[in-house]
Amino acid sequence: MSTLDVEIQLLAVVVAVACALPGVFLVLRRLALMSDAISHSILLGIVLAFFWVQDLAHPFLVLAATATGVLTVALVEALHRTRRVKEDAAIALVFPALFSMAVLLIARYAGDVHLDVDAVLLGEIAFSPFRRLEVAGMDLGPRSLWLMAVILVLNIVALAVFWKELKVSTFDAGLAAAMGFSPALIHYGFMGLVSVTAVGAFDAVGSILVVALMIAPPAAAWLLTDRLPVMVVLSGALAALSAVAGFWAARAIDASIAGSMAAMAGVVFLAALLFAPDRGVVAGVRRRARQRLDFARTMLMVHLLNHEGSARARVENQMDHLQEHLRWSPEFARRVVRRAERQGLLERRPGGRLRLTPLGREEARHRMVR
Amino acid sequence: MTDGGLFHALLFDYTLRTVALGAGALGVVAGALGCFAVLRRQSLLGDAISHAALPGIGLAFLLTGSRATPVLVLGAALAGWIGTLFVLGIVKHSRIPEDSALGIILSVFFGIGLVILTFVQRRPTAAQAGLETFLFGQAATLMVRDVLLIVGVGAGALLLLALFWKEFKLLTFDREFGGALGFPMVRIDILLTTLLVVGIVLGLQTVGVVLMSALVVAPAAAARQWTNSLSVMVVLAGVLGGVAGVTGALVSATGGGMPTGPVIVLMASAVVVVSLLVAPGRGLASELVRRFRVRRRVRADVVLSDLYALAVQHDESGEHAHPVAVLRAMHGGQAGTRRSLGVLAERGWAREVEPGRWAITPKGVERARTLFLPGGEEDGVETVGRGGVAPGGGL
Repeated sequence: MSTLDVEIQLLAVVVAVACALPGVFLVLRRLALMSDAISHSILLGIVLAFFWVQDLAHPFLVLAATATGVLTVALVEALHRTRRVKEDAAIALVFPALFSMAVLLIARYAGDVHLDVDAVLLGEIAFSPFRRLEVAGMDLGPRSLWLMAVILVLNIVALAVFWKELKVSTFDAGLAAAMGFSPALIHYGFMGLVSVTAVGAFDAVGSILVVALMIAPPAAAWLLTDRLPVMVVLSGALAALSAVAGFWAARAIDASIAGSMAAMAGVVFLAALLFAPDRGVVAGVRRRARQRLDFARTMLMVHLLNHEGSARARVENQMDHLQEHLRWSPEFARRVVRRAERQGLLERRPGGRLRLTPLGREEARHRMVR
Repeated sequence: MTDGGLFHALLFDYTLRTVALGAGALGVVAGALGCFAVLRRQSLLGDAISHAALPGIGLAFLLTGSRATPVLVLGAALAGWIGTLFVLGIVKHSRIPEDSALGIILSVFFGIGLVILTFVQRRPTAAQAGLETFLFGQAATLMVRDVLLIVGVGAGALLLLALFWKEFKLLTFDREFGGALGFPMVRIDILLTTLLVVGIVLGLQTVGVVLMSALVVAPAAAARQWTNSLSVMVVLAGVLGGVAGVTGALVSATGGGMPTGPVIVLMASAVVVVSLLVAPGRGLASELVRRFRVRRRVRADVVLSDLYALAVQHDESGEHAHPVAVLRAMHGGQAGTRRSLGVLAERGWAREVEPGRWAITPKGVERARTLFLPGGEEDGVETVGRGGVAPGGGL
């Protein structure tokens, strides 16, 4: 691994973790698509500020872009408050307009600076190590790594300091308001944080992939835990994992690193969706199958007990008759009987007759009275 | 180029005519289909579909080596459809809310699409040139056969829309009722979503994956402001979408290779802004006018109630006139008393007996009684005397 590779991976991890931290609250507060809107419209802030200062490295750009992000949120809410359009349509109207303006301005006036349309979508994580931060002639590392590190620290500090406020207002907005936390202040403060993060990450991974890094790892983490602190830490870890895996996958086929990071974040989410211990799709399917068998076994117990000792017992309590009387397929009937037999609830007699064991009789009675 | 020149070119320039026709047809189809997306609160599903289509374009090219539009559109449609299924599946089978599911699908699929596109671009063949126009769209690349594809498939989609009109309407406004009537609502939902996917992928070459959703949402949102009828809304959205498409494509094609998507989106956004402001009934301007009228009426009623209170206290005939200053003092010195008196005079509810002194007319007395007296005169007078609005009064 060359120094370059290390630096790119380091930047990728820092970007991913910085995005995932506010992403936790975006997911929980049902604001996931606001990140989509913000990450698009910050481009307009960057472009306008660039025309003003004529320098892509100027800190004013970050400031202006962040302001545009917050402005987007305000615009969406203002449009929604007119009650002329629903909230989803308001989002879908505001950011394409702002983004279109930015793209046209770039295409028209900024074609020959380092702000081209491809970079807007792809980011330039592979090239960012070439822009170094030098202080007094000393090389301190890639500039964007420093910027993102600062933003990461800002995120950690903000979450730590406003943990209680964010938590309460996310899970119980009414309680938060009653406790005297201003909902508007928390909301806009938080959206400001999301905007800063999106602006910093924009440089590395472009405007659309920011969304993947902000939403996919927290969503995956939410499937794995019910505890907020665990979710935050897990989101960071999954984001870092996606970043590193994405880097190596991109290296393997010589494709876009940012795109590959987003794809890996998707893979991680899909894995959590399918295989999460409690909430995964697979776990759900197995749970339902087991419940079905358990229910069928209980039904069998009750059926056997019901006909035990009666005149028809010879016919009813017969392996081959279960299909007919309980409408089970032969395969399913065999599985249920095997399961009950293994649990010591019934025994198979010669000629396919089924007989409850004392334990089974006890179980059937217990189920019936309950 | 002057307007006249542009018009001339539209009629006689072959390329320009092709481009305008394609973008216009696209706008009609997207606008009409978009109505259902907007009404069903699926505006952002369109965004997810259009982004999710990107890997389909890349894969279709990778597998077939063909840049023919139908091939790429088919790939895009399949990918967009799979993306939609993923969104629905995630929402159904996990606790992830819809907005997060949309965000994940749109960005992850887009990421996969970029991986495929960059992978394709770095291979040593030249045939891949032009795939990146699918990001922001380039109407100038539209050929006649592309336009025929848009018109043909779009007409098919609109035909289906007309055939299943009743079903789609039921789905949009009262899904449960439709189910109770025995319609297969799930299948109808799938059909309508598929039409939306088709409408979106048709526009990818012209508008691009990043902004196509705006061409779906904006005309519908604009049309919604002008009407409360679904059929009028669909037709109007089609017209507005078509206008945005034609003008956007023309500006882009004649304006030095600007990407078409953003221009069309800005046109459509302008239509939305205008509609929000000036549409009769729902527009913000008419809302302002309405509020102004209500405020003026309420103020006049307050003054009328004061005059009535004075009349009751002095003499029932209402001959006794009162100075404007008294009336003003009665409701806290608010401005506009004279204007309110003017309004009352216009309706014949009050008259200026001598300059600066006003009295209530018999008609005004009647009006004041109908306004405020649900529970007996004394009670009413007392309430009115406080300058307030009587509880239960029929304002």
